[in-house]
Amino acid sequence: MSLKVDNLRIAYRTLRGDVRAVDGVSFSIADGEIMGLAGESGCGKSTLGNSLVFLEGRMNHVSGTVELDGVNLPIADYKAMNRHRLRDVSVVPQYAMSALNPTRKIGRMTADLVKSRGADYRNVLEEFKRRIDLVGLPQNVLNMYPFELSGGMRQRTTMVISTLLNPSLLIGDEVTSALDVTTQRAVGEMLMEFRDRGFVKSMIVITHDLSVLAQIADTILVMYAGKLAEKASSNTIVDRPLHPYTQLLLGSLPEVGLRYDEAPLTGIPGRPPSLLNPPTGCRFRDRCPFAFDKCAEEPPFVELRPGHEVACWKAMEDNAPVNSEPASQGAEP
Amino acid sequence: MSMLEIRDASKVYRTGTFGGELKLVLRRVSFNIDRGEVVSLIGQSGSGKSTLGKIILRLSPLSAGSVNFEGTDISTWAKGQLRDYYRHVQGVFQDPFSSYNPLYKADRVFEMVRSVYFPNLHGRQWHDKIESALESVALNPGDVLNKFPHQLSGGQQQRLLIARALLLEVKLLVADEIISMLDASTRVDVLNLLVDLKRKGLGILFITHDLSLGNYISDKSVILREGAIVEMGETQKVFGNPQHSYTQSLLTAVPQLHRRWAGAGESVPAGVPAAVAVNGSGGALGQAHVANVPVDDDVFRDGEARRYSKSSLYPPRSSGPHEPAHDAKRAGSGPGPRPSLMDIPDQPWQRRFGLAAPKLGAILAADGTQALVECEPGHFVAVEDEL
Repeated sequence: MSLKVDNLRIAYRTLRGDVRAVDGVSFSIADGEIMGLAGESGCGKSTLGNSLVFLEGRMNHVSGTVELDGVNLPIADYKAMNRHRLRDVSVVPQYAMSALNPTRKIGRMTADLVKSRGADYRNVLEEFKRRIDLVGLPQNVLNMYPFELSGGMRQRTTMVISTLLNPSLLIGDEVTSALDVTTQRAVGEMLMEFRDRGFVKSMIVITHDLSVLAQIADTILVMYAGKLAEKASSNTIVDRPLHPYTQLLLGSLPEVGLRYDEAPLTGIPGRPPSLLNPPTGCRFRDRCPFAFDKCAEEPPFVELRPGHEVACWKAMEDNAPVNSEPASQGAEP
Repeated sequence: MSMLEIRDASKVYRTGTFGGELKLVLRRVSFNIDRGEVVSLIGQSGSGKSTLGKIILRLSPLSAGSVNFEGTDISTWAKGQLRDYYRHVQGVFQDPFSSYNPLYKADRVFEMVRSVYFPNLHGRQWHDKIESALESVALNPGDVLNKFPHQLSGGQQQRLLIARALLLEVKLLVADEIISMLDASTRVDVLNLLVDLKRKGLGILFITHDLSLGNYISDKSVILREGAIVEMGETQKVFGNPQHSYTQSLLTAVPQLHRRWAGAGESVPAGVPAAVAVNGSGGALGQAHVANVPVDDDVFRDGEARRYSKSSLYPPRSSGPHEPAHDAKRAGSGPGPRPSLMDIPDQPWQRRFGLAAPKLGAILAADGTQALVECEPGHFVAVEDEL
């Protein structure tokens, strides 16, 4: 068990009260697993990812524990976390392209970074060069300033630097968004290769794009309004989702090669609730076509089938818990 | 005659220090848009697709070629009369969050239309007009009027901007990546709205880098690479039976829900070489994916149009037969006599420092046209280079 998050709550302090962006989240990631974290904007997925590395000033750790390789991660303690950043847990930021220091050459910047983590740059230099080669960059990148590199080169450099000390967990926040398809594919394959070569043990890839996750992730975790909605292997999520939100989300994705003249897709009506005063019960209730009176209570996040966890009363009714019969027909209307 | 006719549109940007570098971002692009037709313009970043949108909206001039709207060359509209052009042609852009001034209420965009186009419309009449425009974009007036931009969702903001365009007798809408910033759940609503408007006779140029969106909405697709059309035709034909290797490589790279990328061990579409296993022991990463992509030699180039610096003006493939153009360029940069071709006027100071750029005519001549061949009725493909 590489990462174990237990009942984590993160809130943003605002003048009008606490915005509970991550509200009681528990999950675990195995060694060698790439977990995709999906959801609409504002569902707390980036907050969850960032909180594992760097808790910003306005982010408040309310409760919950994070364990990485059996060691407790002191995520609320900025200084104590320094020992773990880059060595145990690392991040590829959302704007990887602008994450590099513009006034330092790449090599110099990396040396500073590595030194600040107590490692000797000379020891890792050989490995750094090898990985620069591996991602198809010229060696002299080390002697260049970030502005001399193109956007794609910068992204690759950032990914190499982030994983230089072989962290146990890598968090990729929207690394594939806003890229065109061929670059997206290359970045996705690079992430998989980093895992396969053991540069990182496990990975959380945060994106709103489920079709990218279907390509690279082993498991997918869907969040809605600060809570977990569904977690399963990526094939299960894509082919047999149980939570109505996942079903609707997948149903609103157009695919290449299909015609939609006769049957246009539909979006999900409504908007996610405000997290300032979230509604009680199931938070998806207002937008859910299957909502019934039981949804006024909060659904537990339970394992309905082996390796398939869902928080939905409707799904629970349709699938008796821990029933491994694959023939049951999901939650069709 | 089509509503909008683009003929041999070419565009050159001046970049580099002191503008001494020229970048050809559009190369003889020609296609038409009819009433009630959605044409999607698909390309990677830097392929020149947004530039073409700006040209149609008269936000940027063409370097060569012409754009005709209802039979009139749009470059002939004088600055003072452009409002008559904008009555029929409007644009909506990528980022709804930066299209509004956060200090004002969102419906100020309507007010600005009124002050220019409907100065005599007041009270009830104007309100009715707004309501009918909002209705056609499926917005409830009570939800969006009198609100600040931050109180509206991205989808609402984007639809408000489309409603603004509909206040006018708009015939052509340039939609530049209007979906990319929206969440998956609201995307489809905006897409379906565009389909609705299309049925009412609006012509739409839908600019996107997302092939699945282009496939969903458009009647015709135009695939752009480095400023040149590589393939165009009816969407069904282009996506169903792609002829150009670039289109094929784009299509295989599209992430799909139920099919892994080729190379992950599943079905490989015909005509595309099987991929090198990604986790294989040999081969650098950079080459592993290139093997899947037959045309693009470096996908990480970000699709940037090739740069033509003074020292490397022409792409290598055309350097042989076009030596004279090279000579003309050298003459231009040196102190000797200058060629008379004056497509882009140089600034006096550029001439003084010997930074005069090579001329557009020479660049276009040297670039060489890529002929489009009709491979089946209504389906055009560029002849591929022999690499």
